[in-house]
Amino acid sequence: MVWGFIFGIVFGFLLHKGGVTNYDVILGQLLLEDFTVVKVMLSAVVTGMIGVYAMKHLGWVTLSPKSGSWGANVIGGLIFGVGFALLGYCPGTIVGAIGNGYFDALVGGVPGILIGAGLFAHVYPRLRRGILQKGDYGDVTLPQLLKMREWVVVPVVSVLLVLILVWIETLWPM
Amino acid sequence: MNWLFATRWSPYAAGIGIGVLSWLTFLISHKALGCSTAFSRTSGMIEKWLRGDKVAEKAYYQRVPLRIDWQWMLVTGILIGAFISALISGDFRGQWVPDLWMAAFGAAALPRLIVALVGGALIGFGARWAGGCTSGHGISGTLQLAVSSWISAICFFIGGIAAAYLLFALAR
Repeated sequence: MVWGFIFGIVFGFLLHKGGVTNYDVILGQLLLEDFTVVKVMLSAVVTGMIGVYAMKHLGWVTLSPKSGSWGANVIGGLIFGVGFALLGYCPGTIVGAIGNGYFDALVGGVPGILIGAGLFAHVYPRLRRGILQKGDYGDVTLPQLLKMREWVVVPVVSVLLVLILVWIETLWPM
Repeated sequence: MNWLFATRWSPYAAGIGIGVLSWLTFLISHKALGCSTAFSRTSGMIEKWLRGDKVAEKAYYQRVPLRIDWQWMLVTGILIGAFISALISGDFRGQWVPDLWMAAFGAAALPRLIVALVGGALIGFGARWAGGCTSGHGISGTLQLAVSSWISAICFFIGGIAAAYLLFALAR
């Protein structure tokens, strides 16, 4: 619990320094005018992936991939995406946006997220055996899906993501 | 130490920092960075306080028990961390309407609050439907190469880009 709080402080600090607690930056990304969000996310993913898979190899950590299905991830993801564009923050960055002094996040966004989450809990019994299980693929990871070794997939994906970042830099210089 | 007081860092510096932070959460707490479940717990706790103990018996809250946990403390920490960073870099806004919204839709606070409320509801609902948000799926899940997270994260952006273009087309 104490570590959660400490990690949260560091996370919030980095989110603000990265600029992603700012509505203008998030909407700039979704309007494809400012690629800060993708740059922050992909560099976090590449760094995190290399370290976490290395530590897994050493037996220091175990992975906890989320299980999912087409019905859950595609439909839920699209609903989330529309909300993302209207709100301009996500559940993590909105808390940082409050710390950044955006009152629309505090007064509009947070009550909205709480209402949406509560509504979902209400309809969950009707969804869980239906749409949420449509096209279930469990907690499979890319190396398992491709039946390839992790030490092959991780470097290949890392190189691909870095190439995407290089490509973004050439198309939309900072 | 000037870098500590800079308003913005290179997005790569912030991203690499978040990546390293994810190593530590895995190593020390055996957990991945994520935020949206904390909103479910909070929502349930508020509803329980308003409507009584029956709320905790809902099927979803059997899966996601109504208590303060590691992730809840993480989300609280985000508030403090962003506030510290904003304060020491002189970037604390105190603003009701973000600049980009103001340029497109005007300075009135009410329309912005209504759209934020609706957007928030869709985010809260969609994050639970998809099983995670931009941090849980978008960073923690994708870095573990989870298929569910890559599909979700791509759909977050497809939905987001389409809706953002539609929304701002209304203003232009």
